[in-house]
Amino acid sequence: MKHLSEYRDAAKVKKLLSEIGAVVKRPRMLMEVCGGQTHSLVKNGILNMLPEMVTMVHGPGCPVCVTPASMIDQAVALALREEVLLCSFGDMVRVPGSSKSLMQARAEGGNLKVVYSPLDAVKLALDHPEKEVVFFAVGFETTAPANALAVLQAAKLHLPNFSVLVSHVLVPPAMEAILSDPFNTINGFLGAGHVCSVMGMQEYYPLAEKYGVPIVVTGFEPVDLLEGILMAVRQLESGKATVENQYARVVRPNGNQQAQAVIREVFEVTDREWRGIGVIPQSGYKVREKYWQYDAEQKFGTTTDTTVAPTDTGCIAGEILRGLKKPAQCPHFGKGCTPLHPLGAPMVSSEGACAAYFHFSQAYEMIP
Amino acid sequence: MCLGIPARLESIDEAADDCFRTGKISFGGISRTVSLAMLTEAKPGDYVLVHAGVALSLISEQEATTVFEYLKESGELGEEGLAEEET
Repeated sequence: MKHLSEYRDAAKVKKLLSEIGAVVKRPRMLMEVCGGQTHSLVKNGILNMLPEMVTMVHGPGCPVCVTPASMIDQAVALALREEVLLCSFGDMVRVPGSSKSLMQARAEGGNLKVVYSPLDAVKLALDHPEKEVVFFAVGFETTAPANALAVLQAAKLHLPNFSVLVSHVLVPPAMEAILSDPFNTINGFLGAGHVCSVMGMQEYYPLAEKYGVPIVVTGFEPVDLLEGILMAVRQLESGKATVENQYARVVRPNGNQQAQAVIREVFEVTDREWRGIGVIPQSGYKVREKYWQYDAEQKFGTTTDTTVAPTDTGCIAGEILRGLKKPAQCPHFGKGCTPLHPLGAPMVSSEGACAAYFHFSQAYEMIP
Repeated sequence: MCLGIPARLESIDEAADDCFRTGKISFGGISRTVSLAMLTEAKPGDYVLVHAGVALSLISEQEATTVFEYLKESGELGEEGLAEEET
């Protein structure tokens, strides 16, 4: 496992930690946007190894966590319709909506199928002309190409029984929402590596310039994360604020332009609600009018069950997702709220900060 | 959801319309058909990063091994629906 050791090498990790310690002169708060990076930082115990002056704040980059309850309610309502077969990514099905999760809907007789790809849902629609197949199209820029392609394939196949329920969100507008908050404390960002492999890095330059923050596109291994942190701290200490690419072995400056073209063909940018955060302007995708016959909201109408009042579970997901609180600061963490019995989404998904803290709490001393 | 699955592209199934271009990939003993609609330059033997059934990036073999080990350790292959077919 020579390859692996290169990105986990203890000596390299130690060297990077001491370099960060030597470079940092003032307390710095950095946010990693991506939930996969949060998971790796916690799992590898990096948060405890960093110099005291460097604090990592966990951002809103967990697709499952930010999908609003109202969209889950719509998916649940669709799954409970007799003619519908609702298809979803696996990590979405246990997330509670206002009243129930998709899994609970299935227990009540709802039609739910977990698929790996929206393209599998297109095949199901082909094979089951008697069913209305609806794919719950959630996620960031990494799942948008597949979801857009599913719509394009359905259109080319003239499939009358396929549609997508879209709740797509975008990383840069969320970063801007955090940066433009008057109480913002974030000095720099680790950019989400795989999101940038699709979209490229161009959208981040205006953010770095406007708000004077370094943005370092970063990978997922311990050495990647520490290199990203070092690059961001170096910029801060030398008074720079630009976009750098730590993850050049995967991320090209322009991303995947074929994927971007398919996304643009099918989707357009729209305001989106983020669970726990609220509506962020121009922060997500919706289906273009040209493809409305494949848009479940157009096809079935908005099917939210308004008779169910959202219950206050005591989950502080909004504060967790904005980096204002750490999971261990929640009174329910590990008590009333565990991965088996989650009160909120950040405890459900492995990309959620609460689940990461919970799973690795034994090997790792909780920081307040 | 955002972590891509790395895999070796074994063969390509051309389609009249690139929108339906697919390829067979293999990784860790599992094989699957993925879309090559957005990576039309990929050739058999290349390593690719797959997101939700669609190959989106060309990567090196070294990178593929690194990411695969990371996913295996994190237990995320199951979550991505690849360890076994969920119903």
